[in-house]
Amino acid sequence: MRRLLGGRRLDAVHGWLLLLPAAVLLATFTHYPILASLVDSVRSTPRGGQPAVFVGLENYGFMAADPIFWRVMGNNVVFALGTIPASIVLALLMATWIDRRLPARALVRLAYFTPTILPMVAVANIWLFFYTPQFGLLDQVRALFGAAHHNWLGDPSTVMGCLIVMTVWKEAGFFSIFYLAALQHLPPDLKEAAAIEGTPRWTFFRRVTLPLLMPTTLFVLVNATINSFKLVDQLFILTKGGPDNASNLLLYYLYEVAFGYNDWAYAATLTVLLLAILAVLAIAQFGLIERRVHYR
Amino acid sequence: MENAAALLLAVLWILPLAYAVWAAFHPPEYATRFDLTAPLTLGNFQRAWAVAPFARYIVNTVLLVTMVLAAQFVLCTLAAYAFARFAFPGRDLAFALVLVQILIVPEVLLVENYTTLSRLDLVDTVPAIGLPYMASAFGIFLLRQTFKQVPRDLEEAAQVEGAGVLRVLLSVYVPLARPTYLAYGLVSVSYHWNNFLWPLVVTNSVETRPITVGLGIFAAPETGVSWAVISAGTLLSVAPLLVAFLLFQRQFVQSFMRAGIK
Amino acid sequence: MFSLSVRRITAALLAVGLFALPARAATELTMYYPIAVGGPIPKLIDSMIAEFEKGHPAIKVTAVYAGNYDDTRNKALAALKAGNPVQLSVLFSIDLFELIDQDVIVPFDDLVTAADKPWLESFYPGLMENSRTKGKTWGIPFQRSTIVLYWNKDAFKQAGLDPNKPPATWGEMVEMAKRLVQKGASGNVTRYGLMIPSTGYPYWMFQALARQNGEVLMNQDGNRTFFDKPAVVEALAFWRDLGGTHGVMPKGTVEWGTLREAFLQGKTAMMWHTTGNLTPVRTGAKFDFGVAMLPASKMRGSPTGGGNFYVFKKASPEERKAAVAFIKWMTAPEQAARWSIETGYMGVTRAAYDTPALKKYAAEFPAAAVARDQLQHAVAELAVHENARVKKLLDDAIQAALTGGKEPKAALAEAQAGAERILSRYRR
Repeated sequence: MRRLLGGRRLDAVHGWLLLLPAAVLLATFTHYPILASLVDSVRSTPRGGQPAVFVGLENYGFMAADPIFWRVMGNNVVFALGTIPASIVLALLMATWIDRRLPARALVRLAYFTPTILPMVAVANIWLFFYTPQFGLLDQVRALFGAAHHNWLGDPSTVMGCLIVMTVWKEAGFFSIFYLAALQHLPPDLKEAAAIEGTPRWTFFRRVTLPLLMPTTLFVLVNATINSFKLVDQLFILTKGGPDNASNLLLYYLYEVAFGYNDWAYAATLTVLLLAILAVLAIAQFGLIERRVHYR
Repeated sequence: MENAAALLLAVLWILPLAYAVWAAFHPPEYATRFDLTAPLTLGNFQRAWAVAPFARYIVNTVLLVTMVLAAQFVLCTLAAYAFARFAFPGRDLAFALVLVQILIVPEVLLVENYTTLSRLDLVDTVPAIGLPYMASAFGIFLLRQTFKQVPRDLEEAAQVEGAGVLRVLLSVYVPLARPTYLAYGLVSVSYHWNNFLWPLVVTNSVETRPITVGLGIFAAPETGVSWAVISAGTLLSVAPLLVAFLLFQRQFVQSFMRAGIK
Repeated sequence: MFSLSVRRITAALLAVGLFALPARAATELTMYYPIAVGGPIPKLIDSMIAEFEKGHPAIKVTAVYAGNYDDTRNKALAALKAGNPVQLSVLFSIDLFELIDQDVIVPFDDLVTAADKPWLESFYPGLMENSRTKGKTWGIPFQRSTIVLYWNKDAFKQAGLDPNKPPATWGEMVEMAKRLVQKGASGNVTRYGLMIPSTGYPYWMFQALARQNGEVLMNQDGNRTFFDKPAVVEALAFWRDLGGTHGVMPKGTVEWGTLREAFLQGKTAMMWHTTGNLTPVRTGAKFDFGVAMLPASKMRGSPTGGGNFYVFKKASPEERKAAVAFIKWMTAPEQAARWSIETGYMGVTRAAYDTPALKKYAAEFPAAAVARDQLQHAVAELAVHENARVKKLLDDAIQAALTGGKEPKAALAEAQAGAERILSRYRR
């Protein structure tokens, strides 16, 4: 009835009114800060009573000449490449295992999922005990096999690996939940047909299951990628980005620059860069994988 | 073979937590020594409890999580309803702008958001921790999908009975979306219970610090607190959520699933 | 109806007024403080505050533990920026220039009366080096330390060394450490000779080595550093060689936070650490241990370290007065002595060491006086403008050299160039 007379205009009013509260908050805490970062990144940091002034691309020049920045970028790429594929593969494995009949399945599932609901800070505390040289758990186990102890977090060549292992441990279970959901929604007749035809399990998995799971993989991939840029809690406990920035990540460095050095302009510049990375990654992932999903 | 691998992985996966339990319930000298005859103790918990105001931190966290969830439910419901059922100019653009937040998570914007909150004089308050998350794009997206599946007939029947816009929302849409609310609620609660970086930035005092920040400060290596006590503190801070998870494991997993596939 | 509500409101206002009166009479202070080592510091601070409040009913103090030194500075600056009430804090002594540049602190010269001048002069001059610049006193020493050498006497005995003779020179330290290294059946090291922490505060440990080699790392004005001097490079090479050629220390970095545990577990026979760790080591050690001044290369030397009281500009006149009263009380001899005994930090004044309590403690436990005795060899801790940034340059250089990423000379030259870029602006 409403729709007959002036329904359209009324709809518009109602729509906007309903949207308003969320829109205000989103504008304040998502859209405005994106624009503000852009503006602040071309201004100087106010220091010692001097106000901020327009400096053009000076901050970007500083960033390009900042060796720590490049180190941190490289680390982040390593961290992303180390965590994303590993956690996706493990997640898929876990999901297929839990999906099948398995002794003590409930317990296994519990074990896989538990890291998901633990805070990263708490997890980092526990893993610190693992990685401590000499009397840490890892070295104790290795000592049983006569291996020499190793300075896991104090050695630039192993520290990133340690962070990656811990992160994969934390995330794989979470992602496996989505795969499990997808597996349980696969049409059962497909499997029956394959069983009748005697298709080997691996072939079935590769030819049928995997393509059907593509949307889930996309979802997980996007999530894992975002996480690899936003998850830096562990650094506060484990390494503070050291030794010599060997484990420093972009968001942690941004935090240091902003709240440690009070260099707000440079922090804004780093924020803009991080935003650009996230945007490019999102576009690339959707573009690339969407196409593959459709062709199958 | 595969079963064995699955089990082995499960053992590996639970090991860190099991170790924390070991260290927390035994005297400090057994923190790195595994002796089945080691005496059990609650002393580490007492010391952790005495060293840091865990009770206060947990209260803060509960307050935070409740506040965020309540706000999210209200804001996301209204916005999702708008997107699902009302045609208004600029709707598609508005929806795209909402989705921006799914990619550009609030963590990335912490510098500017901190500045905004300090201008609003809200730094070091519990609402400040929640504000950037309250209008959740994820929540809006999820509820919009759910609302879209509600048959129009139900809505029209309610309208015939004279129900207005909000009444329709409350009597038709919200009840039908209950599973979605539960799913989203659990995801949100576990996210904010575990969130660290933003709360670290925006809180300054015991009265506002959530448990993660409290734990981070309490257990930072330079404090040199013994491992046994840190383990106890760690368990204290994960306990509420962990117990909830153990009790409602199925609901948790199903909620996460639901939230993921929509 | 109208009159009723007016009566009600009046009554309510009266009630509020009555309850509010005593509260308004009190000056409320909030301070942040850091912890760099373990132990029951929050409890101790709270109990000292409670005692202070008993003697000063008009002042109420809330102490907030905000993490390590860096966290606490960040938090305090953030709180000030956000307009939160915080009137004083214990912050890193070396944040002096940063706090002045940010224009957030007031010098004590403007806060105290003429009668208080002797109080300002009562602190050890060595500790005041990080408190004064431009002819003014900006910080009051409180939670102060130097670096000392802890050694495990049982391990010394076991290695056939005199358990009561700690190394006095670099050469002796290396020789002893070599004998103290213990290897398991498979040839793996089960006990190291020495550990010097290189996370957390690497620049601080390095200052000690550089000083012992005859150099300081910065000028008094905090606008010039000397990271690339030959003797400084030599000091870093020596540190690296302890883990490298000499093999008495683990390769890579040594974690500040877990080092005490490693020492207590007998994983290293000697460690360099802050005196602030003294009491926790004393309560945790299951073996006989000693505490000594750091050894010398060309001379003895250690930087001072730790936190000072600062009063913020934003505090109102009454709050400033109350803050000074509180700081005076906290640093009075009896309190300083108690603080020192319960934590291991130094007694900040001569008078503190003259109190019966600390005298008795030092007599029973001579280690407690080592930090004080070392003060004559002490230098100011690294404090320059934009300290956090400059400090990180040096920290990174040290860690790069220790982990084999760069040669000490190249690493320090790079850090020096970076520091120059930042500090040249402060020389105009």
